[in-house]
Amino acid sequence: MNKTIYLDNGATTKVDPEVVKAMELYHSKVYGNASSTHHKGIEAKRALEESRHTIAKSISAKDNEIIFTSGGTESNNLAIKGIAFANKHKGNHIIISKIEHDCVLNTCKYLEKNGWKITYCPVDKKGLISPVFLEKLIKEDTILVSIIHGNNEIGTIQDLDAIYKVCKKHKVLFHTDACQSYTKTNLSTKQADLITLNAHKIHGPKGVGALYIKKGTKIQNITHGGGQERNFRSGTENIPGIVGFAKSVKIARSSHIKKMTELRDYFIEELLKIPDTRLNGPKGDKRLCNNVNVSFRYIEGESIGSFLDAKGICTSTGSACSSHTLEPSHVIMALEKNPERAHGSLRFSISKFTTKQELDFALKEIKATIKKLRKISPLTKMMKKVL
Amino acid sequence: MYSKRILNRFQHPKFAGEIKHAEGIGEVGNVKCGDIMKVFIKVEKNKQGKEIIKDISFLTYGCVAAIVSTDFLCELVKGKTLDQALKITSRDVVKKMGSVPPIKLHCSVLAQEALKKAIASYKKKKK
Repeated sequence: MNKTIYLDNGATTKVDPEVVKAMELYHSKVYGNASSTHHKGIEAKRALEESRHTIAKSISAKDNEIIFTSGGTESNNLAIKGIAFANKHKGNHIIISKIEHDCVLNTCKYLEKNGWKITYCPVDKKGLISPVFLEKLIKEDTILVSIIHGNNEIGTIQDLDAIYKVCKKHKVLFHTDACQSYTKTNLSTKQADLITLNAHKIHGPKGVGALYIKKGTKIQNITHGGGQERNFRSGTENIPGIVGFAKSVKIARSSHIKKMTELRDYFIEELLKIPDTRLNGPKGDKRLCNNVNVSFRYIEGESIGSFLDAKGICTSTGSACSSHTLEPSHVIMALEKNPERAHGSLRFSISKFTTKQELDFALKEIKATIKKLRKISPLTKMMKKVL
Repeated sequence: MYSKRILNRFQHPKFAGEIKHAEGIGEVGNVKCGDIMKVFIKVEKNKQGKEIIKDISFLTYGCVAAIVSTDFLCELVKGKTLDQALKITSRDVVKKMGSVPPIKLHCSVLAQEALKKAIASYKKKKK
């Protein structure tokens, strides 16, 4: 087997050794239940609250505005259902974008089945929301706008300031899913009423996330139990996970962003040298520093990914063939109704651990793979004749 | 998700390519669903005077299962009489592939449809 070249950091990241080290103690020594009143409970509670402070500080929130959850999916569920259930008297209309993560889309589909009305705000060719257009979608009974901050597939970063301004003007709550963008670009409580965060995209452990809820926001809990996390999220707190989450935030550096941005731009430039290849999502500051997504014409993403995997390179695709539903990526289809573009899309997501050598090796293999697959695709000749 | 057998075959397909001056060509699928298969055949008569598939190849746009199922289909029918080839079912292709993820079963149906079309186009030309 070849050496692994992991270019799927948008799916999850390697846990930083420093994070692993920080967590260790909370499995074996500080193992108490933070709800217990004895000394083992108190030391666990202390770790919990210190971690909460770290997360809160990172987005200029107050400590009591941070609720720990099991991850991005749960935070998004709590934010959207929690707001929907608590604000029934105000209205039943919610606006989300067409390029949300499945956990937001499917939460809203669930609400739709149960009487709420959902509007799907379109995006432009680079995946950006127009705040002017969004404003036109807001109605009397709109209670919530939820827009993903950094898109997980194509890396588009939305202008949260402009969106939040529109929402505040109409007294509509604004939630953003910041799982991909957290620690990779500016993010603060001045930009939304609710913010979803998670650990495993930033070299922290899986199974832990947080939801920022602005003080005074009307929201209802969706889990019921022992009343932990100020009754917003019952269940014994995952202390090792939470400590690891806080550690991953503490060790995030702006130098990592700079390094990833440089590698990203180098990789995009080299990939676009391959004929009939196009970039999905924007270039520059409006793109996540670790995201590259391109579509190769005439061929299909799952087969490209499979070839690359045989060389040790991990990627992901928006092709229908790789999805459970056999539907092509709704994100790429939202940019342009072009199934070939979606089927032929491949995402490469880098991390602070990625090196230029790795990318150069990947580029060599990508070029060879594209050539091979185009040679056996009936589309290559057909389309070239048409063109 | 895929077995070693399928992945190996995917890396080294035996029948990929185009036959110049093919006597029968069959194409199925579309870009929208992400699969297009094109099968090329050449036919000759055997000693008993029956028409057999002398040569066969394919071009496929699609996933691993789509490419591999077309390749295995080609292997299954090469040297067979046209009648025998038409009796090959998608189940035979799946059997040849070994274990196929359930969600990918429809690919093997497509491969066989492309062959049927290729044989039909050959017969039509001959008339």
